[in-house]
Amino acid sequence: MRWLWIDCITEHEPGKRLVATKQINRDEDHLHQFTQDELTIMPFSLLIEGMAQTAGILVGSTTGFTEKVILAKIAKATLECDVTDGDTVRFDATIERVDSAGASTTGTIDRRKEGGDAWERIGKIELMFSHIDNNLAGTEFPEHNFVFSDNFRTILETAGLADLIEEKKE
Amino acid sequence: MSRDDYFQKIQEVLDDALGVDEDEVTPDASLTADLGAESIDFLDIVFRLEKTFDFKISQGELFPENLSENPDWVSDGKLTDSGLTMLKDRMTHVDFTAIENGDRELSKLADSITVNSLVNFVENKLGGE
Repeated sequence: MRWLWIDCITEHEPGKRLVATKQINRDEDHLHQFTQDELTIMPFSLLIEGMAQTAGILVGSTTGFTEKVILAKIAKATLECDVTDGDTVRFDATIERVDSAGASTTGTIDRRKEGGDAWERIGKIELMFSHIDNNLAGTEFPEHNFVFSDNFRTILETAGLADLIEEKKE
Repeated sequence: MSRDDYFQKIQEVLDDALGVDEDEVTPDASLTADLGAESIDFLDIVFRLEKTFDFKISQGELFPENLSENPDWVSDGKLTDSGLTMLKDRMTHVDFTAIENGDRELSKLADSITVNSLVNFVENKLGGE
């Protein structure tokens, strides 16, 4: 994961569910080209990526991050309104099914307006992930896990979940 | 459940997995050639069938997998007699007549899997009326 579109992990039910949040900030250079009425908008494509990272971490955690988990398909995605600077976004991902070839997940996106307390449901996303070492007809990939890199480990450590990696190594 | 019931449920599965209209999902429609399924869609279909019909599908049980890794089954990108016999024995839900009578190109094998193949598979797993 080269760029992370989540700030922190707030909940984790092992093998079932992971929740992450992101604060939208107008200082993020990559969002500057997406503005409306002087507000910076986080594009829907990046919200999908945020959900993919949340769900991808959840799927990866089921194998101690030994599998290279790649987003393979956006099965369904709906978003009812924009997310703008000052908002906080919550990605809530649940595993529907996982096996050696891949996984399917469902997820919801909630928004909390700046200064507010209430979360508002604004989207739903269904994703498919592939464990690429077990697919693609024997195509060989680098041995090291290039999907779950250092910045992802930082997020896990910050959430107190670094042991998810260590546990599976034993 | 009758075969028609299975077919209707499979129509819904394919509608969700492939984003196709139900009227495109005819019994003879090929998942790849007619409905545009790609490799990850097969995994999606397996998961959705498991959920819909409440059974488990083993890897390689519904769709052929990793055939090219066995030189007895595939040679120069084509199915051998042995490979074809194995497929017909293991995957009785698929009609391999077209590939058997054609050039046996492995790349065209997926075209043999039709909506009827899925209905046959579910019927075999659950039993018909």
